[in-house]
Amino acid sequence: MPDVSDFILKLQRRRIEGSHATARQTAELLRSVVSQTRMPYTNQAAALLDAVRAVGEQLIAANPVELAVGNIVRRVLHIIREEDLSSSAVSFEGLMISEKSDDEDDADHKGGPVLSAAAVAAAARSTLRPRSLQTLLEDGPLPAAPSKSSSAGDSEGKSKSDKSAVGKRLKHSVIEAINLLIEEIDDCYEDISEQAVEHIHQNEVILTLGRSKTVKEFLYAAKQKNRSFRVFVAEGAPRYQGHVLAKELIQKGLETTVITDSAIFAMISRVNMVIVGAHAIMANGGVIAPVGMNMLALAAQRHAVPFVVVAGSHKLCPLYPHNPEVLLNELKSPSDLIDFGEFSDCMDFGAHGGAPLMHVVNPTFDYVPPNLVSLFITDTGGHNAAHMYKLIADYYSADDLVIKRKSTSSN
Amino acid sequence: MDLRRPNRPVIGPKVRQVGFVTPDSAAATSSSSIPAVSAAAAASAGSPPSSLSPVMIPPPRHPSTEMSNPHFHPVGSYNPSEQILGSPPALSPSRSSRFDADGSDFGGDDDESVALSGVGGGMTPKSSLLMCQPVTKTAPLVSETRKRDSNASKGKGEGPSAAPKEKLTKAERRATQEAQRAAKAAAKEAAAAGGAPSVSKQPKPATKPATQQKKDIPSGSGPLQPLAPSGSIEKKQGKKEVAAPHPRMQFDDMTKVGKLKKRAVVNQSEARNRVELFRHLPQYEHGTQLPDLESKFFQLDLIHPSVYQVGLQFLSDKISGGNARCIAMLLAFKEVIQDYTTPPEKTLTRDLGAKVGSCVSFLIECRPLSVSMGNAIRFLKNRISSLPHNLSDKEAKSRLQSDIDRFINEKIIIASKAIVEHGVSKIRDGDVLLTYGSPSVVESIFAYAHGIKKNFRVVVVDSRPKHEGQGLLRRLVERGIHCTYTHLNAVSYVMHEVTRVFLGASSVLSNGTVYSRVGTACVAMVAHAFRVPVLVCCEAYKFHERVQLDSICSNELGDPDAISKVSGRKDLNYLDGWAQNENIQLLNLKYDATPSDYVSVLVTEQGMLPPTSVPVIIREYGIERLWT
Repeated sequence: MPDVSDFILKLQRRRIEGSHATARQTAELLRSVVSQTRMPYTNQAAALLDAVRAVGEQLIAANPVELAVGNIVRRVLHIIREEDLSSSAVSFEGLMISEKSDDEDDADHKGGPVLSAAAVAAAARSTLRPRSLQTLLEDGPLPAAPSKSSSAGDSEGKSKSDKSAVGKRLKHSVIEAINLLIEEIDDCYEDISEQAVEHIHQNEVILTLGRSKTVKEFLYAAKQKNRSFRVFVAEGAPRYQGHVLAKELIQKGLETTVITDSAIFAMISRVNMVIVGAHAIMANGGVIAPVGMNMLALAAQRHAVPFVVVAGSHKLCPLYPHNPEVLLNELKSPSDLIDFGEFSDCMDFGAHGGAPLMHVVNPTFDYVPPNLVSLFITDTGGHNAAHMYKLIADYYSADDLVIKRKSTSSN
Repeated sequence: MDLRRPNRPVIGPKVRQVGFVTPDSAAATSSSSIPAVSAAAAASAGSPPSSLSPVMIPPPRHPSTEMSNPHFHPVGSYNPSEQILGSPPALSPSRSSRFDADGSDFGGDDDESVALSGVGGGMTPKSSLLMCQPVTKTAPLVSETRKRDSNASKGKGEGPSAAPKEKLTKAERRATQEAQRAAKAAAKEAAAAGGAPSVSKQPKPATKPATQQKKDIPSGSGPLQPLAPSGSIEKKQGKKEVAAPHPRMQFDDMTKVGKLKKRAVVNQSEARNRVELFRHLPQYEHGTQLPDLESKFFQLDLIHPSVYQVGLQFLSDKISGGNARCIAMLLAFKEVIQDYTTPPEKTLTRDLGAKVGSCVSFLIECRPLSVSMGNAIRFLKNRISSLPHNLSDKEAKSRLQSDIDRFINEKIIIASKAIVEHGVSKIRDGDVLLTYGSPSVVESIFAYAHGIKKNFRVVVVDSRPKHEGQGLLRRLVERGIHCTYTHLNAVSYVMHEVTRVFLGASSVLSNGTVYSRVGTACVAMVAHAFRVPVLVCCEAYKFHERVQLDSICSNELGDPDAISKVSGRKDLNYLDGWAQNENIQLLNLKYDATPSDYVSVLVTEQGMLPPTSVPVIIREYGIERLWT
């Protein structure tokens, strides 16, 4: 597929910047992949899963550091599973056991022999998710409100039971759900910034580092509610995106002070809250964020300043980090730090027996451990770092966590 | 020993209060082989007998003195002949081995940092081991003091009589006091015959010499009378030694700023869009006044050209770094003294002091003084005011010049050599050493360690806007040291592999706070979080009795335009024309304050100390400041 190779090339060359853009484009690409997949007569869901997984694996390999790609691939896989379950539940109306839900979860429902299709769907959904407070409530005797992502398929999925029709319907509802996902990615700023007034007070002093669109919208929203507050922006070397953010903020009339990154520790004692964006949120509540964030988080901890991370749910990553500073990092060109040519003689690999005397390290990301984060604000509300794994369990199914192994075993 | 024991707890704390203030007490110290004990004795004996009772018997202090006593035990047993330069054998091995042990595994390291910071209580054996180093230093110094004291011949004759006093019974002490009293009376008579000199006994320079001296200039015509009261006040401050340092100039005080403006040579214009939080600090438009000043160069009346030149170099940032600035200033003052002739009907001590004061205030206008410079000025003024009055101009000038040379040599050059020797003992083969900015002492430590074929790697962390690290990087690479260069934000990325952090300091304050180039606190904090030992290298002449908790109360503001422009990055022009917008301020801080718990050890020429014993050093060092 030309789209896919094109997108892979873009990822490899780091043409796509920012997890929002990446997430959105990945979702769009996967939508087209789903729509182009030929549906066999049997086991259609598996065919879709395989197709998405094959593409997803390539995408992740193209830029393993951009975790949003993997997140979206897993979200789409999860959507396919859910849609498959709900549609199969519809098609085998009256049957107790659907072919997919062979887990022990059915034991929970032995009390009610006659279940509505929606209840079966709910039960089936719970097989995908681990047991949590939320799913417990959904599992009640009433067919409670089905979850957001699958509602589109649910509402009109009751009438038909023909196999081929189900096949079409599956594809259709998956595409519908992916559209919803894209919408969700686009709307995450609004959902997050709605909560701004609850967190930003009058006369507060807020510190942020670098530039994040989420943070910007968050601050705008508070400003629109006539809160007057002051913002310190650390410039965020070596990309200096803080300058851009400062410029955007003053256009909205926010009082802004630009400080160097080195002045973070000096200034943080006068700051009420640190609000930053993230690159990705890991399952343990740790944050992959632009470089310098760990230093900021440590300084905030030292002065007991709340460290708040705002991020859309597409940045939630179901993986646990292992040595993330190295494995989930990317080293950029030294030319950000030193003028090209100024030290080129020292970095010559030929001069000193193959090993130059001088190295320049220019990492892109920092890992902030969960104990340094006071609060996560996502589009579903505020969360504690320790709660992140539950939140993640709502978005991803456990079977998809490792995409590579699955695909190699199926190949 | 048994006889003395009951006495010591009583005298203990008074050592610190009065022991080193009067010249006779210091002189007494010199003759003793056991510095601390003798100092204690001197405190009791050396003070003028008329004010005997308040000094000698401080009964309510009992419990606390028992507490502080353990400090002195190892001190006494320590060999005072051991010099600073020779790496102290008793101290080094044990400490370095402990240090070595912790480098490899982080758990042990944590232990150590806790132990070091716990020294504030002063109870750990380590602390006492550390403390002995500074105290021993006093012995050689004091002998010098004594020489000068006899030179000064200021009507205080008990220097020699107070000398042999370390082992005292009550009777003995009483006898010596009698003798002193007699000597003192005799000396007073002599002084009365001498007339004026007794009035102007060493007015101790204040912490803000500039403002003080400024006031003095107009009143300089009447040589002695107008100054006597202020001198005596200052003297009192010196005597108390616990006197709080002068409050600094606050630039949000409009009346004072107005006064300052009237006198100013450099007419700096206030920068726009000031940060509200830093109203109390001066911030000027940079670069605007430089051409104007340069054109004024040939029409100077008050300020010596060499001082003027140095001032302009400060202003344009051509000279930066604590040591470099201090040396440049002192050399300029040397030239001032060289070209000085005492005007008719004036005395050298008064007039030269005023002249130096006006030079200092010019330098302050160019750039606020660093603590090191402040201390050097204090030293110089003290030397000027304590010159004997019977010296000829030529003699006085040559003596002052040699004093300045000695200060530069002892306090800066030899001190940094001693620091290098101490610092190198903490570098092992295979170490990865991190440094931030471009501290001159740390650079020479690395150079020396490389010179003695230690195998290590250096991580140079740098930050905007000055990028001083690049210069250091260049020099280290030219020496053939393996270097890694990165920016401050990436410090937690590189900290994993680092085994030691070497930092420089602009000054170390009395509560252990390290006041240094902005960003140092960040590096120390990350190192602390990663359990990497932080060594702060700092000459003891940069210590100051001020205290500070944050970086906001006292700081220096740099050029805000340096923030909007990123060197070498033409594409970053988002903040061009920022001054037109009311809502934006750019803040370019120059210093920050590192809390003392981030510092594992302070490397000074007096040895390696925990930051909590800085006040001890300041107290010990106080004598030097007074009498060298």
